[in-house]
Amino acid sequence: MFRVLRDLLRYDGRFRFAFILLAAVVVMILLSFVSPYDPNKTFVVAMDLPPSLEHIFGTNSRGQDIFWWLAFAVRNSLIMGLITAAISRVIAIIVGLTAGYQGGWLDRLLMSVNDSFVIMPLLPILILLGFLLRDMMNLFLLGVVLGFFGWPYDARLIRSQVLSLKERSFTRTAVYSGASGFWITINEHLPFVLPIVFATTINNLLWSIGMEVTLSVLGLSDLTTPSLGTALFWANQHGALVAGVWWWIAAPALLAIILFLGLYLFFASINEYIDPRTRLRLIGG
Amino acid sequence: MRRFILRYLIPRFLQFLTIIFVGITVTFIIPRLAPTNPVEAQISMMMARGESLDPQSIASMRAALTDLYGLSGSPVQQYFAFWGRLLRGDIGPSLANFPAPVSEMIGQAIPYTLSLLVTAVIISWIFGNLFGALSSYYPKNKALSVIEVLGQAVRPIPYYIVALVLLVVFAYFIPIFPFGGAYPVGTHPSWSLGFLWTYIKHSTLPAATLVLVGFGGWFIGMKSLTSNIISEDYVVYAETAGLKKNRILNYYIMRNALLPQLTGLAMSLGAVFSGALIMEVVFGFPGLGMLTMAAVLRNDYSMIMGIAIYSIIGVAVAVFLMDLIYPLFDPRVRYQ
Amino acid sequence: MALLSVENLSAYYRTEIYGISRTVRAVDGVSFELKPNEIYGVAGESSCGKTTLIKVISGNAKHPLKVNSGSVNYHFGAHDVDMLHISQEELRQNLRWKEISYVMQGSMSVLNPVRKIIKTFEDIVATHQGIPDKKIFFEQVREHVNRLGLPPEVLTSYPHQLSGGMRQRVAIALATVFHPSLIIADEPTTALDVVVQRGVLQMIKDIQALSNNTILLVTHDMAVHANVADRVMIMYAGRIAEEAPTETIFNAPLHPYTQHLIHSLPMIGERSNKVGLRGAPPNLANPPSGCRFHERCPYVMDICRTEVPELVTVRDGHRVACHLVKENSL
Repeated sequence: MFRVLRDLLRYDGRFRFAFILLAAVVVMILLSFVSPYDPNKTFVVAMDLPPSLEHIFGTNSRGQDIFWWLAFAVRNSLIMGLITAAISRVIAIIVGLTAGYQGGWLDRLLMSVNDSFVIMPLLPILILLGFLLRDMMNLFLLGVVLGFFGWPYDARLIRSQVLSLKERSFTRTAVYSGASGFWITINEHLPFVLPIVFATTINNLLWSIGMEVTLSVLGLSDLTTPSLGTALFWANQHGALVAGVWWWIAAPALLAIILFLGLYLFFASINEYIDPRTRLRLIGG
Repeated sequence: MRRFILRYLIPRFLQFLTIIFVGITVTFIIPRLAPTNPVEAQISMMMARGESLDPQSIASMRAALTDLYGLSGSPVQQYFAFWGRLLRGDIGPSLANFPAPVSEMIGQAIPYTLSLLVTAVIISWIFGNLFGALSSYYPKNKALSVIEVLGQAVRPIPYYIVALVLLVVFAYFIPIFPFGGAYPVGTHPSWSLGFLWTYIKHSTLPAATLVLVGFGGWFIGMKSLTSNIISEDYVVYAETAGLKKNRILNYYIMRNALLPQLTGLAMSLGAVFSGALIMEVVFGFPGLGMLTMAAVLRNDYSMIMGIAIYSIIGVAVAVFLMDLIYPLFDPRVRYQ
Repeated sequence: MALLSVENLSAYYRTEIYGISRTVRAVDGVSFELKPNEIYGVAGESSCGKTTLIKVISGNAKHPLKVNSGSVNYHFGAHDVDMLHISQEELRQNLRWKEISYVMQGSMSVLNPVRKIIKTFEDIVATHQGIPDKKIFFEQVREHVNRLGLPPEVLTSYPHQLSGGMRQRVAIALATVFHPSLIIADEPTTALDVVVQRGVLQMIKDIQALSNNTILLVTHDMAVHANVADRVMIMYAGRIAEEAPTETIFNAPLHPYTQHLIHSLPMIGERSNKVGLRGAPPNLANPPSGCRFHERCPYVMDICRTEVPELVTVRDGHRVACHLVKENSL
């Protein structure tokens, strides 16, 4: 694992860039633990101050220091993303493995439902849900809900991998030598499945945090908790652009860009490193 | 021909029905799982607005609302009644704009969203794929590398943020494009050239958002697809046979790479649609997105349900249409 | 006058990624000649360098494959061509398919899946010759495939509608459209059943008899060589082990590797035990010193470990690279 990171850091410029971006995000999250301001309190500093040395991102119309508030925001958004990732991984693995191993009508049924979820436009449905749950909505619940919608794409990937693994000769050898199905799954197949799970986790993170931003901007999540989405929501509520407080919008947008770009490049670099076909392509010039 | 229908058309049609079935059922189940009772919520909202009602009126109001929401009878009865009304195109009246029917309001908003979506999707798909393939076949080209970096940079960013950035930069800091809406306040929509020109001006930024985010995705996908295809036997063979690079790119590489991209297009329609919705909110574009936002703000529950239902049906139809087009491009599906 | 002379050719694969660099010496010091109007077979086990040799000879050496040293010279009657120094454009315009054509390994998948066969013919002919009249062209192609024993329906089919053997024969038909002086066939019969193999081999023989051109046939299947080849060259680990007329290779092989190869072929009526060679083919990124076969050779001597045996001519048309055999000793 460390060797992968070391190789990538040394040879892949894109990975270095992603690493820096993500490191910045992590630093910000860690800073949230030593924040001098309580994110839940408003009007603690002068309002609408542009970015300066004292307030790195300026202050907003609610009298809060944007930088420290966003530190909490990033942390919360990421935590929510991880909750979604965890839940959807579990579902994706269960569905993918079952469909792949069982085959037959169960497989077809699962994949039919699966594809429906992939094709369906999720936002209207999530808006409906958010609308109905808005009284008790908080970031944690949002994470759970998203987790229940974020598995189909990855389940299909896992299933394809299982299907190809089933046909490989080492599987048949294991079966002939009397190994049980379960043992085969855990010991022989999981090492192939896990890299996929890892790669899709980052993709899932991108998706879920993006959804969170979208839903929060519409006002459908817990607006008192700082998150990237609620930051934008409050900025809109106070008409930030019109009032000229552009840094209130720029800061969360900038942070979001850094986070997403960092995650994506990180994911793309690792993916390229792992996939033998891209390696060949890099060698082949 | 018959085999083709059996092996291809029918499963696709069944898939189409399944999507609609699953989608509508989910839309049906969700409100009934939520702890909030829309009828009570509506009534308490009306009372909070200061309307005083005597118990009898409240009771009849409650009955009317229950019926309106389709909540009368057992869950099974509700389900079938739901489908019945759906097939008649009746989703009930919008609560915020009572008594305007939801279907009608959606019908007014759809042309805007659709025109935006279709244009943007087609542009981003065509150009994304084209440049992706070129960048893969001519890897040393500097211009293409720049495009690749830009595409990669924009792709992971959620639609909302890109829309915001575009708005801030091109409408606020450098005021080239109008701030929002599809036409200035007071103008009436018509087919006149003047209106169309204003419309185009107003829809450029929204369309640009969709195109930018989508472009990166297709570019990357096409580039990696093409790289794999380049090492396929039939491409190496074509090169060995001395065919010109242009011909190879056209007939051997693109024709084969576009097939999975077509499928990918179908799969991504749902996601692009979702992105378009939220992006309309940023630009105040009077399509389904704004309708949704307004509905959320005013607790217009029926409108949100209606939008969800129509979205699902719309995307499912679009995907099915793509399924019908696909065999035209892939002879392997045509002749089994 | 030789059609092709290859002298001291060395071609290596060099890779460098994530800080690890490797050099695979796939072809090392190979010299041979191709005569006009013959079928020349190249035999050897997997990864002995046959395909790499073919790629270099036909001008298909792409990064990371690079020619290290040596020369490849063609003599096409009127003009001579130095394959290693010719430009890609010149190669494409004058040589490819007109003088040299290539039947690739795995010809099952060399046909574009989304185009009809006739279109592929069109592509090739249009590029090299131009098609002034489509109707005449279609007739000519039909005649061509007919002569080679293929039904005309093949032309209007898509590749996935044809069987593997059919596709192989289509590939051969494509390769012979311009009646080139040299046809290189890489494993044309692998993955085909015996009956189809026979058809393909017959096709190859017919083509050669018809056009009097040269066919370079690469395959590990010795039976194919016995059937069609005039001369056979045995390669091992990137070097030539032995080269002789087919009968000599089969009846009186001199190199221990060839002897083992021939001995391991089943023959009707023979019931001896077949023994495998000990060891495994050498790693060409780190080849053994001296004779590359010495780790597996049953007659290994001390000199074999240190000195590379030269390819010497023992008799007219028979060359061997082995310390056991001296020049002109027969």
